[in-house]
Amino acid sequence: LVVLRGSLYPTVPDWVLNFSPLPSLSSPHRNLSAFPAAQSEHLQQKMSENGALPLRGKVLTVDTMNANVKKVDYAVRGPIVQRAVQIEKELKEGVKKPFEEVIKANIGDAHAMGQRPITFFRQVIALCTYPQLLDDNKFPEDAKNRARRILQSCGGNSIGAYTTSQGIDCVRHDVASYIQRRDGGIPSDPDNIYLTTGASDGIVTILKLLTAGEGRTRTGVMISIPQYPLYSASIAELGAVQINYYLNEEKCWSLDISELQRSLHAAREHCNPRVLCIINPGNPTGQVQSRQCIEDVIRFAAKENLFLMADEVYQDNVYAEGCEFHSFKKVLFEMGPEYSSKVELASFHSTSKCYMGECGFRGGYMEVINMDPEVKAQLTKLVSVRLCPPAPGQALMDLVVNSPQPGEPSYQTFMKERTAVLSALAEKAKLTEEILNTVPGISCNPVQGAMYSFPRITLPERAINEAKAKGQAPDMFYCMKLLEESGICLVPGSGFGQREGTYHFRMTILPPTDKLKIMLNKLKEFHQKFTQQYS
Amino acid sequence: KDSRVDDTSAGRLDGKMREKTLTMDTLNPQVKAVEYAVRGPIVLKAGEIERYLEEGGTKPFSEVIKANIGDAHAMGQQPITFLRQVVALCTFPELMDSPSFPEDAKWRARRILQGCGGHSLGSYSASPGVECIRKDIAAYIEQRDEGVPSDWENIYLTTGASDGIMTILRLLVSGKDSSRTGVMIPIPQYPLYSAAISEMDAVQVNYYLDEDNCWALDINELHRAYQAAKQHCQPRVICIINPGNPTGQVQSKKCIEEVLHFAYEENLFVMSDEVYQDNVYAPDCQFHSFKKVLYEMGPEYFSSVELVSFHSTSKGYTGECGFRGGYMEVINMDPEVKAQLVKLLSVRLCPPLAGQAAMDVIVNPPQPEEHTFKQFHQEKSSVLGALAEKAKLTEQILNAVPGIKCNPVQGAMYAFPRIFIPPKAVEEAKALGMQPDMLYCLRLLEETGICVVPGSGFGQKDRTYHFRMTILPSIEKLNVLLGKVRDFHISFLKEYSGLE
Repeated sequence: LVVLRGSLYPTVPDWVLNFSPLPSLSSPHRNLSAFPAAQSEHLQQKMSENGALPLRGKVLTVDTMNANVKKVDYAVRGPIVQRAVQIEKELKEGVKKPFEEVIKANIGDAHAMGQRPITFFRQVIALCTYPQLLDDNKFPEDAKNRARRILQSCGGNSIGAYTTSQGIDCVRHDVASYIQRRDGGIPSDPDNIYLTTGASDGIVTILKLLTAGEGRTRTGVMISIPQYPLYSASIAELGAVQINYYLNEEKCWSLDISELQRSLHAAREHCNPRVLCIINPGNPTGQVQSRQCIEDVIRFAAKENLFLMADEVYQDNVYAEGCEFHSFKKVLFEMGPEYSSKVELASFHSTSKCYMGECGFRGGYMEVINMDPEVKAQLTKLVSVRLCPPAPGQALMDLVVNSPQPGEPSYQTFMKERTAVLSALAEKAKLTEEILNTVPGISCNPVQGAMYSFPRITLPERAINEAKAKGQAPDMFYCMKLLEESGICLVPGSGFGQREGTYHFRMTILPPTDKLKIMLNKLKEFHQKFTQQYS
Repeated sequence: KDSRVDDTSAGRLDGKMREKTLTMDTLNPQVKAVEYAVRGPIVLKAGEIERYLEEGGTKPFSEVIKANIGDAHAMGQQPITFLRQVVALCTFPELMDSPSFPEDAKWRARRILQGCGGHSLGSYSASPGVECIRKDIAAYIEQRDEGVPSDWENIYLTTGASDGIMTILRLLVSGKDSSRTGVMIPIPQYPLYSAAISEMDAVQVNYYLDEDNCWALDINELHRAYQAAKQHCQPRVICIINPGNPTGQVQSKKCIEEVLHFAYEENLFVMSDEVYQDNVYAPDCQFHSFKKVLYEMGPEYFSSVELVSFHSTSKGYTGECGFRGGYMEVINMDPEVKAQLVKLLSVRLCPPLAGQAAMDVIVNPPQPEEHTFKQFHQEKSSVLGALAEKAKLTEQILNAVPGIKCNPVQGAMYAFPRIFIPPKAVEEAKALGMQPDMLYCLRLLEETGICVVPGSGFGQKDRTYHFRMTILPSIEKLNVLLGKVRDFHISFLKEYSGLE
């Protein structure tokens, strides 16, 4: 018995062994406390004779777990990222590598890449968190005013109180007036605004409402390929049907209506397509949709009775000349009442991207248009189960939509910081495209917006075969090698979806310019070496 | 609200009617089935009345008291200074230079920031949470459980405890028809459980707590519920809330042993909701963690029973609900399933960093040798002392009312008294298509401005009626509130018993 304990439970201290364990009973209705201790010793003895503990299968195994969860894939934090974390640890422990640090260009995480927070935003959040600072004269008045206003709208004037499930009242009002300003006066109703825990939360919630039916009537969700894998992951988790429509890589990843039509018709054979998801500016593809294209999409959705989900979290990230962000809401309303009173639309925004990059706060909102009032009540009920989105994230969202105005003490610093981030991003977008396009075997569309480049890579036949022999997607094989040899962590295109026989990777353009240059040059060298090695 | 809607052309597109894509008929039926009473119709009504009062309307009362939810700060509880100092420092690190912040708070903030990408609370953390916070939590658990080892890699930060509970249930729900996962939950329960079960289309398996025995859990009742459920589903999970919500009981060590033994025998996954672990008031009660009890039952239990326990920043003495912080510790989970769990969490990227930081302060509070200890300790004791007093007060006043019977509030933050509702009122409620205790609570709200949640939202034995109220209002306010409940109850009885 002692050996058994000693070998299997090295961490069990002696004092625990003095407790007499409960007997293992097969009869359920016995009074446990009255059970003689001798019997339990007998049982343990039997166990030790067998040299093993009784076989008690796990309740939860890969075979018995939720099958939909198993199908979920999320490449942005998939195996390649896990390996990157491992390598980081190895480096810390002094293991020699051909590089000194891992550069995580897998995820749009601006602060992790060294971007500084917007001072004003953090001042207000600190004031909300620790209102004693309202007496500190180092904080500007405009920051204090905003903090006071947010706190007044919180239960007990504390961001430690639950907010209403839909989000703090004054924040929803501020969001609505922001949207109205952004869209040239088209009205926005605070009742249509729901604060969320990052945009992801909102997207999953709306998809949850929409998923119904069985077999051929099961909800189909149209998503762009390449897509941001939150969509495919949520569809898998909800057991909905994924319907792919392909973006046109030759035309700078633009959306083609005839492709929408094709994919819809094909899908109608086996499911009930009810939702069309659009990411604009595009993730991972970086294209910015033209007004005309948005109009066509809306007309298509109206004709085919589709619920529109517009992921507009990169709305401030537009870099290319001649490109402009057009919100789906605005275009919808400019198309006249025939559309604006009918087409159901949810659009999503977040604190995580744009110039602020405050991912860790998990702030976001969605605006729902033309949602059936009864369904809206159901939505409110559903979000109430999770009580509320994090209050600091809501406060931050408020600042994004209610930033310092001309004449306020913080305006100049705020604008300076904002412009610096956005112009650096524009420069890096250009730089990335230029350097990558000088590499034979890499071809990169212009990064018109968002935070990523998604270049196409040509892989030699031998590399493809070797990957396949390993049961790996060829671009995963490529990215793994890149990580091992250069410390650069990218996400293979296969994680986002791509046309068969084409290979890509996604990299963020977020590293500081110097670092980005080094990274791109390393990538160039690696690609050349890789191509040589496998040709 | 859209003035541009033109009635004649609206709805016509290419000559045919355009139906809404998403209607009550085409909505996810599981979403429709979800109910969450804590923020249900009564709370919506309370919100309406509040707005009415704000706009100058008159009622027989001047304010709505929301005793429906365990929201300490909304009830006037002050935040713990030290916790807010650390989070403020993390948020705006320029404050590190400020002499008005104590060193104890600064080094904690620095340590948290060092664990964050780019030393910013604005970066994503790893999906299971910031590594140093996970380590602090493991150390805290080990200390709480008097040396029972805790592995930081078993710790996952969450967006409040609710998020963790939903995630674990999601992993567990599978099968069809009679092999569909059954989830055993106490009745009365905290309606997050029933809501999550509905949303995931799992099977709810009720086991009833023993009201006559101070809401104790009776192992025979577990067996009954399990055996009955086996006929139509596959019970795979047992959920325990200790200290109890809404029922306020604190489980004895012996009772926990029995539950764990039952789970061991019947091969059940154990989920123990321990968010009220610091909220124990009755002098003869003590919090025992399921983890510690499991360990003490010996290796054959400790190495096999799958257990997840949940904690949160929202309750205890901090009451930081708005931060949405929490963690879960996962014991004996199959390593492959654990990998699936990490994958599932990664889709949502990470829990909010400010909530993670708040959680860190809770598990790593000022120590006796630190300067901030005295103030911290004083704030903590004053919150917990007041709660203990309010628990006693609530029980005493309610029990003095004829037709109300209230078990001792041993722990947590709620009283769940049983109320006698006269048959005439029951009939009237039925005629209105309403639960009798809903009618009672609506009347209470309309007449006194007090918002409590009907027992039917938590589940109760047939033909018994209850309500849940928090004990969080300040003592003065709580006294007024309880007095109003008493007066209301007496007049309600009179009205419906014809004892005018």
